[in-house]
Amino acid sequence: MADARALYQEVILDHNRKPRNFGTLAHASHQADGHNPLCGDRITVMLDLDGERIAGIAFHGESCAICKASASMMTATVKGKTRGDAETLIGEFREMATGKREPDNLPHIGRLAVFAGVRDLPTRVKCAILPWHTLHAAINSLESTSTEAADDPMHAPIGDA
Amino acid sequence: MTALQTAMRSQPAPAIDILRIRADFPILELEVGGKPLVYLDNAASSQMPRQVIERLVTYQTTQHANINRGVHYLSETATAEYEEARRKIQRFINAREDREVIFSSGTTDAINLVAHGYGRKFIGAGDEIILTTLEHHSNIVPWQMVAEEKGAAIRVVPVDDTGELSIDAYEKLFTPRTKFVGVSHVSNALGTVNPVKRMIAFAHARGVPVLIDGAQAVPHMAIDVQDLDCDFYAFSGHKMCGPTGIGILYGKAALLERMQPYKGGGDMILSVTFEKTTYNAIPHFFEAGTPPIAAAIGLGAAVDYMSAIGMDAIAAHEHDLLDYATEQMRRMPGVRIIGTAPHKAAVLSFAIDGVHPHDVGTLLNTEGVAVRTGHHCAQPVMQRFGVPATSRASFAVYNTMSEVDALIAGIRTVQKVFT
Repeated sequence: MADARALYQEVILDHNRKPRNFGTLAHASHQADGHNPLCGDRITVMLDLDGERIAGIAFHGESCAICKASASMMTATVKGKTRGDAETLIGEFREMATGKREPDNLPHIGRLAVFAGVRDLPTRVKCAILPWHTLHAAINSLESTSTEAADDPMHAPIGDA
Repeated sequence: MTALQTAMRSQPAPAIDILRIRADFPILELEVGGKPLVYLDNAASSQMPRQVIERLVTYQTTQHANINRGVHYLSETATAEYEEARRKIQRFINAREDREVIFSSGTTDAINLVAHGYGRKFIGAGDEIILTTLEHHSNIVPWQMVAEEKGAAIRVVPVDDTGELSIDAYEKLFTPRTKFVGVSHVSNALGTVNPVKRMIAFAHARGVPVLIDGAQAVPHMAIDVQDLDCDFYAFSGHKMCGPTGIGILYGKAALLERMQPYKGGGDMILSVTFEKTTYNAIPHFFEAGTPPIAAAIGLGAAVDYMSAIGMDAIAAHEHDLLDYATEQMRRMPGVRIIGTAPHKAAVLSFAIDGVHPHDVGTLLNTEGVAVRTGHHCAQPVMQRFGVPATSRASFAVYNTMSEVDALIAGIRTVQKVFT
């Protein structure tokens, strides 16, 4: 349980208090809504794709601290990167959050490793993954996604709200 | 009620021996992450005392066979114990006859039984069903299914800012097309105790039958279905110290006998040919297939356990816990209680400014405190109060004042983390 407490470390609380890239984009080329019906978290990710490059990104919505901080750090990390880079990160984040791989073995995860602790909290894994899940949907021009959709690309473990 | 019973009821409930009660619940000895478990999620599911666990073991090790089938010793024993459990529950809720007590898999199943058996038979196009904003999804969705199929409409009783139903609005919802009323006895999300006796009387004056969702009431107060005069009363075993997978539908015999079958299969028939099937009488008519026999017998043991403590004593103890927790929480800056109706039972929903309920739940868990966070399967209530979710502490007879203190200390810790 000390691990769960450690999850609420300063960097996550800081991003929860002052989320980066929080808001909307005036000229978004892509966007998607993510929803976790089990807990009611809702998040919208907006992208401005310049060719393959993510020129702009913003998010808004209502969610818990883990979800909001994850979205904030995600937007800060992928801004300026290519779609391919973003998909690589989405994959690495999923592997880390679901406990399949250690952050040490994930070459691009960097400071996102602060979320590694969610793997010990099965009901919170989806909170951390939802923004990434939504980013994946936006990049691939899907209008909406859900942690419970039949085609859930994250295949995160089921956790009740 | 005899004069003696009335006199006894007016006496203050005897104090319970909390240490002795806690010793009956092995799971309460658990530690969670090095902290003593503080289990405050009883509205979701309560814990089971040794007496019920041992009854399950005795049944399974010395009495089990299928019921209503064999002529051998074990089948006769299992059948007798199953029917004895039914009679225990009959006495517990003061049903007139044991055949008015139907075993289901839980409250949800019991309500679906009524929606199918009564609703789909007697509700038609243009008819109206009255529900309330406080209902659990299990007392909404089955009626939406009936309404959609039949072309009927659902009318919803609003609640005020305290979480109390507007009885005035309820009475105004009735029209000549009103065919059914479904209302919770106690709100699972807010703890409001609804004035169901009065609501039932009003509906009956207009010839409308009423189903009471008693899932959150039966574990916390003495229930007398004849006094309430409800037509149907549904509740679950696992919220009242019994096993999961078992619940009860009480129904007035005259109504049950007019309903259509719910599930078809063995036990609910007298004879079957491919030309014609003759159905069995109630309650068997509604109990197709092999039921959860052990769970039913376990629920009988749970009823014995709660009766031995006394429902009035349980209610009094839980009220003390609720009053104390409410008082403590009211004094905390940044904490808002959601659901402040004058008449409440065992449930305390709350919001902490600037902290999502999920984060509250995770952080309280690090202190060993188990609460429910989420929409509580009552999304219309959440919408009414403008929150996506709440944190909910819910009490049972084995909870203590020091556990309330642990909850309050836990909330302070959450606030400290998020400042």
